[in-house]
Amino acid sequence: MENSEKKLTKKDINSMFLRSNFLLGSFNFERVQNMGFCYVMIPAIKRLYEPGKERNEALQRHLEWFNTHPWLTAPIFGVVGAMEEEKANEGDMPGSSIAAMKIGLMGPLAGVGDPIFWGTARPVLAALGASLAIAGSISGPLLFFVLINVIRLTTKYYGLTLGYEKGNEIIKEMAGGSIKKLTEGASIVGLFVMGALVSKWTSINIPIVATRITNENGEVVTQTVQDVLDSIMPGVLALVLTLFVGWLLKKNVSPLLIILVIFAIGIAGKAFGFLG
Amino acid sequence: MSIIQIILLLIVAGITGMGSVLDEAQTHRPLVACTLVGLVLGDVTTGIILGGTLEMMALGWMNVGLAMAPDTAIASVISTILVITTQQGIGEGIAIAVPLAAAGQALTIFVRTITVFFVHKADSFAERGNFRGIEIMHISALFLQALRVMIPTFIILMISAEAVGQFLNGIPEVITGGLQIGGGIIVVVGYAMVVNMMDIPYLKPFFYMGFLFAAFTNFNLVGFGGLGLCLALLFIQLKYNTLGGNTETPATPNNVTLDDDLDDDLDA
Repeated sequence: MENSEKKLTKKDINSMFLRSNFLLGSFNFERVQNMGFCYVMIPAIKRLYEPGKERNEALQRHLEWFNTHPWLTAPIFGVVGAMEEEKANEGDMPGSSIAAMKIGLMGPLAGVGDPIFWGTARPVLAALGASLAIAGSISGPLLFFVLINVIRLTTKYYGLTLGYEKGNEIIKEMAGGSIKKLTEGASIVGLFVMGALVSKWTSINIPIVATRITNENGEVVTQTVQDVLDSIMPGVLALVLTLFVGWLLKKNVSPLLIILVIFAIGIAGKAFGFLG
Repeated sequence: MSIIQIILLLIVAGITGMGSVLDEAQTHRPLVACTLVGLVLGDVTTGIILGGTLEMMALGWMNVGLAMAPDTAIASVISTILVITTQQGIGEGIAIAVPLAAAGQALTIFVRTITVFFVHKADSFAERGNFRGIEIMHISALFLQALRVMIPTFIILMISAEAVGQFLNGIPEVITGGLQIGGGIIVVVGYAMVVNMMDIPYLKPFFYMGFLFAAFTNFNLVGFGGLGLCLALLFIQLKYNTLGGNTETPATPNNVTLDDDLDDDLDA
């Protein structure tokens, strides 16, 4: 066996990056992202361990339960790659600390990734794209697809390379203020745009006539309930409904049930004329 | 419909099925999936409009932790095929899409359960150091997710368009009209999900600010995005005292570099 230090090559890192695009392919209800994690680690394991007991143990180590935000697994792959490298060279790094590191990073990264990517980046870009698409413009889907993927690939690539280069250092950085600031900043943009969407892109119309006045020219001027509400505050019904649905969701009411009920109300509203 | 179109539709169905489990490139989102189907069927505009409508409804549908969202892949692909080939309206599209999303959710839960079997197979490959075996297990599971959308799509393509069209035309106007009204309201479920996800009480005023700005101004969404970004930067600068001129609590050099990183990330 050779004595020279084992090190991941640029090619190994790139191969891990490519494979990480398929991380969730084998999402399962027993160990969630485990097989995907192992699949991404294979180029590193191949490079670092000779065939034998150590190699098999490394594979088994990465088939354990794992679940976090799929895009933010990138820094974990980097850190874990660096740790495996140390283990392969020095041998004094116990496999259990690598497993513990994975578990330790999972929670915080999901806590950051879910609000930034699923809570802000995707809905904001999707709403922007959809508002263009509803008018029939191809720029809507293109804008969404290109921007979300630029954000995704940048995050994944730099997360992986930084995680690998900085190793444990990156965890200290995460514990520092920068991640909290980023989460807060992203949440502000997300909440602000959601507030705007509630008012502008929800269509509720109650065409029931509230007042009927005959003006001086003898024309009958009617005002619907919706006109009255709009003159007080446009979109107020949508706001009340959003807050109510948010409360229901917190009470663990299934979103599909809420959707079905809203459809039923829509059909009833059409049939009896209180919605239009 | 030509053979080539059928093959292309099945490829699109497979891509969106894989996209739905991977959650990477976002090909399963209605905005992308409906557009692709429209492109194959030669009516891209209808695909884009239906995609935009469904996207607004599905804005908050996301997989968090172990919770599965309703499936946009099957819903987008099949509803767009039916709307275009049987010349239905967007209301009919919504009417078909919602039950399909629920069915797709049940199917993906089924596949994700079957995948457990592949994982156990991978365990025994790992014991013997068989890389190839683990890779094949992983990719096979992914392929099952592609089939999950391809098979229902194929079944729909084999049913004659006239029969489906007649069935859809048979839906009374009060139902399709009502579903379209419901579709306009249903978007609030998505908003509520997104808002709940960012459940930071002291940031809630930004939600109401967005609402008030939209209620009384004519900004479009680009304007709101830009305004939101400025507010976020201001909030962070004020909260963490990283403004240059503040002498009472001087910013440490470390803070300054962190803040630069933040700007770059938000710009991206």
